[in-house]
This record gives sequence, structure tokens and C-alpha cells, in this order.
Amino acid sequence: MFDIFYNKKFRSIASQFTLILFLVVVFYYFINNAIINLDRLGITSGFDFLFSRAGYDAYSPFFKFTSDSLHIDAYFVGLLNTLSVSILGIFIATILGFIMGVLRLSNNWLVSKLVYLVVEFKRNVPVLIWIIIWYFGVFLQLPSAKKAININDSIFISNRGLYFPSPVFSEGAIAILIAFIGAIIINFFYVKRAKKIHIKTGKQSPIFLVSLLLIIGLPVVTYFVTNQPIEWVIPELKGFNFKGGMALKPEFVALLMGLAVYTSAHIAEIVRAGILSVPKGQIEAGMSFNITRNQMMKMVVIPQALRLIIPPLTSQYLNLMKNSSLAVAVGYMDLTATTGGITLNQTGQAIECILMIMGTYLLLSLLISAIMNYVNKKVQLVER
Amino acid sequence: MNKLQYKIGEHPNLPAPKTQGGIFKAIRNNLFSTWYDSIITIILIYLLLSYLPMALDWLFFSADFFVDKRSQCTSGGACWGVITARFPQYLYGFYPPELYWRPNLASLLLLVALAPILYSKISYRKYFLMFSMTYPLIAFWLLWGGFGLVPVESEKMGGLLLTLTLGVMGIALSLPIGILLALGRRSKMPAIRLFSTIFIELIRGVPMITLLFMATVLLPLFLPSDVIIDQLIRVIFIIVIFASAYMAEVIRGGLQSIRKGQYEASDVMGLSYWQSMRLIILPQALKISIPGIVNSFISLFKDTTLVIIVGMFDLLGVGRAALSNREWIGLANEVYMFIAVVFFVFCYLMSRYSLHLERRLSRSYK
Repeated sequence: MFDIFYNKKFRSIASQFTLILFLVVVFYYFINNAIINLDRLGITSGFDFLFSRAGYDAYSPFFKFTSDSLHIDAYFVGLLNTLSVSILGIFIATILGFIMGVLRLSNNWLVSKLVYLVVEFKRNVPVLIWIIIWYFGVFLQLPSAKKAININDSIFISNRGLYFPSPVFSEGAIAILIAFIGAIIINFFYVKRAKKIHIKTGKQSPIFLVSLLLIIGLPVVTYFVTNQPIEWVIPELKGFNFKGGMALKPEFVALLMGLAVYTSAHIAEIVRAGILSVPKGQIEAGMSFNITRNQMMKMVVIPQALRLIIPPLTSQYLNLMKNSSLAVAVGYMDLTATTGGITLNQTGQAIECILMIMGTYLLLSLLISAIMNYVNKKVQLVER
Repeated sequence: MNKLQYKIGEHPNLPAPKTQGGIFKAIRNNLFSTWYDSIITIILIYLLLSYLPMALDWLFFSADFFVDKRSQCTSGGACWGVITARFPQYLYGFYPPELYWRPNLASLLLLVALAPILYSKISYRKYFLMFSMTYPLIAFWLLWGGFGLVPVESEKMGGLLLTLTLGVMGIALSLPIGILLALGRRSKMPAIRLFSTIFIELIRGVPMITLLFMATVLLPLFLPSDVIIDQLIRVIFIIVIFASAYMAEVIRGGLQSIRKGQYEASDVMGLSYWQSMRLIILPQALKISIPGIVNSFISLFKDTTLVIIVGMFDLLGVGRAALSNREWIGLANEVYMFIAVVFFVFCYLMSRYSLHLERRLSRSYK
């Protein structure tokens, strides 16, 4: 009679049913409580609050945000700020990380030991502490705007942030943009042709040099030909702060540096492990081809190392993006600080706000994963 | 030609010429192998010689270690009084001083509980391990009180005590949950697999702060208004949830590396699912994933600093509180340097241990 409890199929169905039942009960309990609590607090659920006046200040270089803006504008300001700090952070962390990872393998004992110390110290101290150190320990201790560090009368560094000249475009400036895009298109075809010639005849073309000349040279030439249509507005000290020019707020730079420095140490370790994983025989075989050491690195070692580097690199990028939510600690207006912070506290729409930021972070995670998966597919071993 | 002093084949092995071996060769190969290497080395040595004495002087030689106020720091170096004057606070937060023996005892017992995990050659390991399993309960009882001990409110806990409590509780509880999630994600039952997968990916896709916000803002909404859960418990709950999702992925990696033959062999033995997992699969999978597990412990430990954002006073929070005090204002360098060094010591030791394990394990597989 109890045979049925020893039936595999029955047990499988029973345990799944229990789980589902448990989840349903828990969800029902939570939602029921939430309805009662929201009713008691007098909060109507729904996303209408997004279109009411926000009434707080959030700074964004891309977006005009006044205290009359709506909560939905605040959300987009936060999203843009999160994106900008994440993308720049990923960029800087990757460059720093690769440099440190390679230096860590230097033949020079002093260099490799110093880099080892730096990397270990960076990655074994929590990222929040790094962000706070950059903000309170570095940027807020810079001289005030009146005594700002002055670089060449155009860049000013003070505890109010980094100020540098901003370009003002007059009519002819569009030509430069066209020249720039044109250069990229021409370059694309040039590289394609150069590769074809290389495969056909074995002759190599100076791709790097030509690309550099095209992409930088063409816009510069256009700039002078069209009678210098860009003017530079130099920041000026007015009262207690600078006016004009472009500004990077100390909160932004501190967050960026904290994230980049911390993540770069992790990337350095990944790069080092990747390069070390290439078997010595590969290097020796490469060297026996009568090519230079740099060519050997470029064509033999790095393609093989990348296969091991890309997957953990992806998770570092994801971590950096998620860690950018620590902006709250220094008052940078990212997604967590606007929608998850002030909007939530002002409107009391906790469920909606947290759902929004969680959903956004999930989407961003998926986006980064998708891009990196594409890159990963490109570098993986192509087998016949 | 000189006369042969030795018969053929009896020439002793002579040491290399002085400049070609020993320390000279090591220095030349490691520091001056090429001309640009030499330049880099000389620049670095110059920088070290010019800045290291300055740094040491600021840190130790002309620093004030025991003072009561910032104004008493006169020697121009670091003002460590901001740490030393409130040292108990950095360690225990606002825990009642007459009860300090309880956290002290708990940390002593922590060492006892760690011993059988760190050293496999200990005698009576089985009994020690049983103690390690019950340690979280004992620590909980010692720190919170109750059952004969004076109860202490969780707000009173702070400093390193809070950091370690969060870290140890998180580590101890996230491992079993992580194992269950990893098994669930590889389960043949679709509902359980789906639940585990969604849970893991959801948690891994969002920052921990949003989960902490959830614990502080959303959880009270989801519970009846007369049920109030202590904030520390809620935060530990979130840390455990967060860490177990990462742990599950590490363990899943270990499970995937177990050959199919092992599963089939345990089926042939007539073991049930749980028996085969407990006796055959998990011991092997966990052994492989130990370095990864220790690495996620390290990141969990570092993530505990995030609790300052929901208003708790861990080591970092106590430091920030000290800085906002008028007597100590403007000593950010000293305070943050101290906190960074404390975290560095803990995390570095753990990462060294993980490396050591990795080497030991890779040896045993050869």
C-alpha cells in the first residue's frame, strides 16, 4: 500500500507540487500583507507617480534636469549616469588591468613585485572603501576652487571637480564630423582590401599606420581647411566656483576611479593567468618562425590567452556595472540614488521603484552578457 | 698550455666565475637584463628611496599614537589617536563593555571551529567538525544573549564584531543553501530546476544594494504590521541569499566536472539520490570547487561593508562616525588607511589559503 511512496515518478511529482504549493502560499501571504499595508499607509500602487513632479536636483551632463522635472526624468538621469560611469569604468579598468597583468609577468623583479603589491592591495580591500577613499580622501581634500590646481590655464582641478575647456561648434563644424565618419568608412574598405592582398600574395600593408593617419588626420585637416570652426570655452573662476567649460563632478570621478582601480586589479589577475596558461611549446614554436617577439605575442600567445580571459572578464564587467550602484555612498545620482533612493522615499512607492531598478539592472546585465558572449564566440577555437 | 693537473674524467666541478653566477647573475638577470630594464630599475629605486622614508616617517616615526584630541597631534605625522582613543568601538561597536567577554569567547571558539576545517590532519576531527556545525548557533546565543545570558540589542553590535558576524554567518549559512541550489539547478524535475535557475540568475543579475533596500524597505511591507524582524537578521538573510546564489554557481562548476561514470556507478550500487550525492558526488565536487568557494567567501566578506548604506555601523561605519566627530574631523587618511589595512589582512590571508589549497588539490590529482 505504501509502494506508491517508493515510486520514482510519484515522488518527483509530489516534491515539485510541494515546492509550487509552498511558493504560491508564500507569495499569496506576501501580496495579501502588502495590500493591507499599502491600504493602511494610503499608497495607491501603480506607475502613475512617475509622471508627478520630482522636486529634487540630480545632475547629468546629458540631460537638463530641473526641480520641476518628473520622476520618470529622474529615472532616465539615473540610468544615463549609471551607464556613463559603467562604460567609462569598464574602459579604464580594462586598459589598466591589461597593463598591470602584463607588467606582473615582467622579467624585471622590481617591477613584477611592485605590481604584485599594488594588485593585491587593490583587490583585497572592498570596493566601497576604495570609492570612499577616492571621494573623501582624495577629491574633497583637493584645494578649493580659488586655489585650484591650474594646468596650462585651461584645466582646473579643485574639490569642486575637474574643469576643462568645452568646444563650441559653429557652422562649419559639421564638416569635421562628416570627415571623421568618412575616414572610418574609407578605412574599413582599406583594411578589407589589405587583408585580401595579404591572403592572396602574402604582402602585408601598414594597416595600423594608415588607419591612424586617416582617422585622426582627415578631421584635423578639415578643421584647418574650414577655417577652424570650433572655439574653446575656458572655465573661469566666478565667486566660489568655475563657470563655463566642461565639468566632471568629484562624485563622478571618485566613483569612476574607485570602480576602475578595484576592477583593474581583478582583470590584471585574469590577464596574468590567461597568458601563463599558454603552453611554453607554443611560444617556442612561434619564435622558431623567424618573426619578432611582438609579432609572436600578437599572433600566437594573445589569441590563445584571450580564450581563457574573456569569460571571467565578462563577470568582472558585470560586477563593475553592479558595483556602480555604490554611488549612493558618495552622492552620485545614479539609478539607485534617484529611483531607488529619493523617488522611493518621497513617494513611498517602494514595490514599484525596487522592481524598476532591479529590472533595469537585470536588463543591463543581460546586455553586457550578450555583447561579451558575441566577443567570446569570435575568439573561441574554430575547429574543423 | 699548462700541464694537466687532473686525469681525464676526474676534473671536479668548479663554481662559475663570480660575475657569472650567484648573486651577481641574479641581479643582472632580474634587474638589468636590457638597457630599458636598467633605466626602469634605476628610476624605481630612486622613487622608492625618495618616497619610502617619507611615508614611513608619516606612518610611524613622527606619528602620534596615543592622544585624546586632534589638537594634541603636533608632531606632523599621522594622528593615530583617532583609532587608539576609540579602539574598543572599532572592535565591538557599542556592545556593553562589561559583556566584552562574550564576543571574545565567541571569536576564540571561532578559531576552534575553524581548526578542523583548515587542517585535515587534526585528531578527533569528526568531533571537532560536529562542533563547527553547531558553532553558528553557539555564536548567535553568545552575541545576542537570551537563555540565561543578558540579551543585547543588535543595534549595539558594530565595528569589527559586526563585520565578522555578518561574514561568518553569511559564510556558514550560504554554503548549504548554495549546495541545495546547485543540485536544484541540475535536477531532473523541471519545476525545481526552473525555480533554482530563476532564483540564481535573478540574484546574480542585480546589485546587492538593491537587495539590501529590499530587506529594509520592502520586507516590512510584505509582513503583517505587527511582525517586526530585527534589522540585523534581515541583513544577514539578504547576505546569505546573495552569497548562496554565487556559491551555487561555483558548486555547479564542481558538479559538472564529475564524470558521468561516477553517477552511474552510484546508481549501480543501489544508492538513493541523496545517498549518492552525500557519499559519492558531493565529496568530489566540493573538493574541486574549494578554491572557488573560498574566493566567494572573500567577496562576501568584502560585501559586508555595504551595510553602512542601510545605516549599520560596521568597521567602516564606526570609522565614518569617528570622522564626523568634531574632535577628530579631517583625519580621513588615517581612518580609511587603518580600515583598508584591516580588510586587506583578512582577505589576503584567505586568498593565500585558497591558493595553498589549489596547489595541494592539484597535486593530489596528478
